[in-house]
Amino acid sequence: MTICENNVAKIEIICKEFNYDKGELINVLHKTQTTFGYLPEEVQQIVAQNLNTSLAHVYGVVSFYSFFTMTPKGKFPINICTGTACYVRGAEKVLNEFKTLLKIKVGETTKDDKFSLSNLRCVGACGLAPVVLVGEKVYGRVTLDGVQKILDDYNES
Amino acid sequence: MDTINIKIDNKNFQVAEGTTILEAAKSVGVNIPTLCYMHLHHLNTTHKPTGCRMCVVEVAGRKNLVPACATECLPGMEIKNQSIRVLNSRKTVLELILSDHPTDCLICAKNGDCDLQSMAQEMGIRHLHYQGEQSHYIKDRSPAIKRDMDKCIGCGRCLTMCNDVQTVGALSAINRGFMSVVAPAFQMNLEESVCTYCGQCVAVCPTAALTEIDHTKTVIRHLADPSKTVIVQTAPAVRVALGEEFGYDPGTIVTGKMTAALKDLGFDYVFDTDFAADLTIMEEATELLDRLTRHLNGDTTVKLPLLTSCCPGWVSFFEHHFPDMKDIPSTARSPQQMFGSIAKTYLADKLGIKRKDMIVVSIMPCLAKKYECSRDEFATDGNPDVDFVLSTRELARLIKQAGIDFKSLEHADFDKPMGESSGAAVIFGSTGGVIEAAVRTAYEVFTNQKLHKVDFEQLRGMDWIRESTIDFNGTPIKIGIAHGLGNARKLLEEIREGKSLYHAIEIMACPGGCIGGGGQPLLHGDSNILLARQKAIYAEDKGKMIRKSHENPSVKKLYEEFLGSPMSKKAHELLHTQYFDKSNPMKITKD
Repeated sequence: MTICENNVAKIEIICKEFNYDKGELINVLHKTQTTFGYLPEEVQQIVAQNLNTSLAHVYGVVSFYSFFTMTPKGKFPINICTGTACYVRGAEKVLNEFKTLLKIKVGETTKDDKFSLSNLRCVGACGLAPVVLVGEKVYGRVTLDGVQKILDDYNES
Repeated sequence: MDTINIKIDNKNFQVAEGTTILEAAKSVGVNIPTLCYMHLHHLNTTHKPTGCRMCVVEVAGRKNLVPACATECLPGMEIKNQSIRVLNSRKTVLELILSDHPTDCLICAKNGDCDLQSMAQEMGIRHLHYQGEQSHYIKDRSPAIKRDMDKCIGCGRCLTMCNDVQTVGALSAINRGFMSVVAPAFQMNLEESVCTYCGQCVAVCPTAALTEIDHTKTVIRHLADPSKTVIVQTAPAVRVALGEEFGYDPGTIVTGKMTAALKDLGFDYVFDTDFAADLTIMEEATELLDRLTRHLNGDTTVKLPLLTSCCPGWVSFFEHHFPDMKDIPSTARSPQQMFGSIAKTYLADKLGIKRKDMIVVSIMPCLAKKYECSRDEFATDGNPDVDFVLSTRELARLIKQAGIDFKSLEHADFDKPMGESSGAAVIFGSTGGVIEAAVRTAYEVFTNQKLHKVDFEQLRGMDWIRESTIDFNGTPIKIGIAHGLGNARKLLEEIREGKSLYHAIEIMACPGGCIGGGGQPLLHGDSNILLARQKAIYAEDKGKMIRKSHENPSVKKLYEEFLGSPMSKKAHELLHTQYFDKSNPMKITKD
């Protein structure tokens, strides 16, 4: 397992920003994940060393929160809101359609690294339920037929 | 202390203000059942995650039941501990825990010593009304500890010991909800993690989720093999705790019966690790005096303080967490390993047998010793100096399996030459003992004067970190003592920052020292047992004819006949070791 000096330095800068305070672990991980896209094992160890806490503790936090991921996201990360409003308006069916079309489960990434699939709870756009996010772009009132259309937007690019 | 009036089950009680319902009830003799709660009074350690909900009680005026372990008593509080609602709730809680727990109690390693089993018995559980999904995890076997997470009830006691008391950080609660489990990082095996095998997680686990690796069967097989000479050594802390497994009061010294039982079991020679503890002092005290003399003569390259190195949990700890300081501890091997290397050279020669035909078994209060004997540097051509380590608990099981009536055994003596020992060696079993033993010898060698008062009361006790200055006839020698790895960490950080002014520091991984080792009979939350064992250790020392290691005739003879002098070339080869950098468990390389 290797990690380049440059990435080690990046993590150190993030930890320094939070004063190497182990109480800020979640914030440090949040920012680290934004930087790297995911939190592989070696990144977690560098975080643990910098915050002077145990690797098991860091992994405990990473594995607890669904927001954190140890697998790299696709080029276009798809997030399906399964909050209450979206759920009652068919989010689960939409999610299943994505799973079928992409042939991956929640938390996984397609083999070509193009799409990854996750769910989240409420983006505050309940009026548009069910809501799907691809990267930063929001799709509202998504229907089953609409799923393929969304994917087509990115398959062409 | 101010008191308040409360009622429990309509009876009036006066209890101390500011206590929890659980503590208050205990103080007036009312029993409230607990499962996840753990309070080790003398170790100043309390674990109350309020997770199991076994201790729920009714409080008048409150709608919901409250956990007694985490609810403070208020004046006039009316508590119900025996209402039908309370009893039914506890039963439901317990049945729900049992619904995700194997029911193989008859063949379980903790059968008869399990808190969950006792609770099911006390609660009179006869049916399991809830059938749900069951957890299944891969079993993890390390050289010392076995993890079977199917049996974990999620109490988190092991997490408190591993992270808060020991600050080892090998274990953490991972994942969420039904999938949550206690595991090392990335669910790696314990062996790949930063685990030191101190065994304190095993010592507090209420079930068989964490147990020792059992070597009793292998030892029985070797005992039955006529081509092998099987010898055994027993650590000092075993003799003051083994009796508990046979119904003796804590603190009963059973040295003679233990020796007799080992002879009945068929060991060819029953020796004493205490012999090797005296040998350890000869080497360690010489090393201390060497460093000390050079330091006093102005040599600035000399490394002080000298740290003791008898405890394998502690050795692993600094190899993992403080590898930059691995040249400070004494290079002396632990008594167990000194015993092994002398047995398979000096003794094997004396007995006229080959190394491969000798099996060395250790009886230890410790689980890390199982790992220690498997370290590569303690083997010659793949043949280990110590072949197998049994914990105090395993020895008790072995004696019971053999049908030996322990209580009716006549006292027997250790065999010679490796069974002779001093009182200084006995006190190795308690926190503070190794350094007191070292001081008894170092004083006489350093000052060239006879030490008349050998009891150094100022080095004894149960405080986490202790310090004392001993007058070496005009030269003040500053001694530090820490037990529990979290306290060792504090001292090590002081040393690293250059704040430490100690000349020598004794460190033991386990709370109380070896008497509180991970292989000892379980305390089940009663830390008074540790005090009783500690008292017994010092009583055994007092009863010894010889109380200084350098006066042990068998040790003197060993140097005359075989080793030459302490720190000689031969002594270095057989009695000293080196340490390794084990930080970086993920084996990350930077490119």
